[in-house]
Amino acid sequence: MQQIIYFITKNSTKLLFLLLLVVSLYLTVQTHSYHQSQMLHSANFVSGTIYEKTNSITEYLHLKDENNRLAEENAKMKQILYNSQLIIDSTFAVNPEIRFAQDYKLFQAKIIKNSFYKKDNYLTIKGGLANGVKKDMGVINSKGVIGIVENVSKNYATVQSLLNTQTKISAKVSNTNHFGTITWDGKNAGYVQLMDIPKLAALRKGDSIVTGGISTIFPENVPVGLVDKVFTSKNSNFYTISVRLFNDMTNISSIYLIEHVHIKEITELEEQTVSDE
Amino acid sequence: MNNTTILNTFRFIVLVFFQVTVFNNIHFFGFVTPYPYILFILLYPLNTNRHLFLILSFVLGLILDIFNNSGGVHTTACITLAFFRENLLKMSFGYSYEFHMMRITDKLSSELVTYVVTSVLIHHTILIGLEVFNLNFILEILLRIVTSSAFTIILLFLIIGLIKSPRK
Repeated sequence: MQQIIYFITKNSTKLLFLLLLVVSLYLTVQTHSYHQSQMLHSANFVSGTIYEKTNSITEYLHLKDENNRLAEENAKMKQILYNSQLIIDSTFAVNPEIRFAQDYKLFQAKIIKNSFYKKDNYLTIKGGLANGVKKDMGVINSKGVIGIVENVSKNYATVQSLLNTQTKISAKVSNTNHFGTITWDGKNAGYVQLMDIPKLAALRKGDSIVTGGISTIFPENVPVGLVDKVFTSKNSNFYTISVRLFNDMTNISSIYLIEHVHIKEITELEEQTVSDE
Repeated sequence: MNNTTILNTFRFIVLVFFQVTVFNNIHFFGFVTPYPYILFILLYPLNTNRHLFLILSFVLGLILDIFNNSGGVHTTACITLAFFRENLLKMSFGYSYEFHMMRITDKLSSELVTYVVTSVLIHHTILIGLEVFNLNFILEILLRIVTSSAFTIILLFLIIGLIKSPRK
């Protein structure tokens, strides 16, 4: 017994170091394992407030770009509005046949911390539980997909970016039903990879890639990017496609969060189905 | 609360603040980011409780990890550097390092350069290696370690030059 106590007191620094090392390595490995929320994230009060304050200073530098983008989007929306046959009158009474309006709710939020140079990038946004933000909401902006909400605190949330080697988003070639999965290889912030598109699909450079609408996270036909290069392999029946993103992920600010209104019902149903088997 | 405690608390807060708001946003050529916050570990007084020093380094790394959403990579790098600091000091300053530490920043000696360079290399190797954690990117990891270390070392010497106590 005395020997043990002697050993512990003699090597206390080493033991403390080993203990701390185990804790930190656990935290590291935990973030590298697929689809697990981080234990520690920047959606807390202190880092959220600091990022918000810093962002309120730096956002002035991008105001002009941001205004142009919003004006462009407004023009697009007006075009849809005035050309639509479904609108009953000039107010926003939307025809009930448009299913999009029933299934999805959109919130507006702002990015206060962007990240794009790492392999696993996370963004921090202003908007948390108090604003109705929930885990696994889809994040888009006027140009396309940005990511998926990962952790939420009272006033802030972190978003797993499209530029994260662990992100997997279902997508398809526009106007076809060839579905695949969007992943990122960690190399270039302007391009993502679309896997598992069968070789039967007729593809051309410049075809647009949109979300598939299979999951409850994103609605169908949210733009992602354009086909840039198509890689074929003799060993597989699938293409690997390099997709040029519509978004410049290094310069984004205003975003929309998408909530599927019936997500609870759907997940409950799916869980029930699994447990019945 | 003596002078050293106040100085180190101040250093801790200021370094973390500037790392988070300024240096983390620097990406030269898209991948070169300096991490001068480890100056806290390098300049922490010698003749103090080693346990406290390890725990402080752990907390420092943890705060950086929380801000960066990076899990535990900064924490691992920081505590490893803190644990081996004494060996590094012995290696660069010789056995009389405690005497030299008194005025470590006074002049730009070759000993100081060895100490800073080896410390930064150890820290950045662990940090970037764990952050990428993929052997497919081995060349990119090496490139990032070398370039980021060079950048951090230059910044560290600039900061040391600035905070140097004026000559009498």
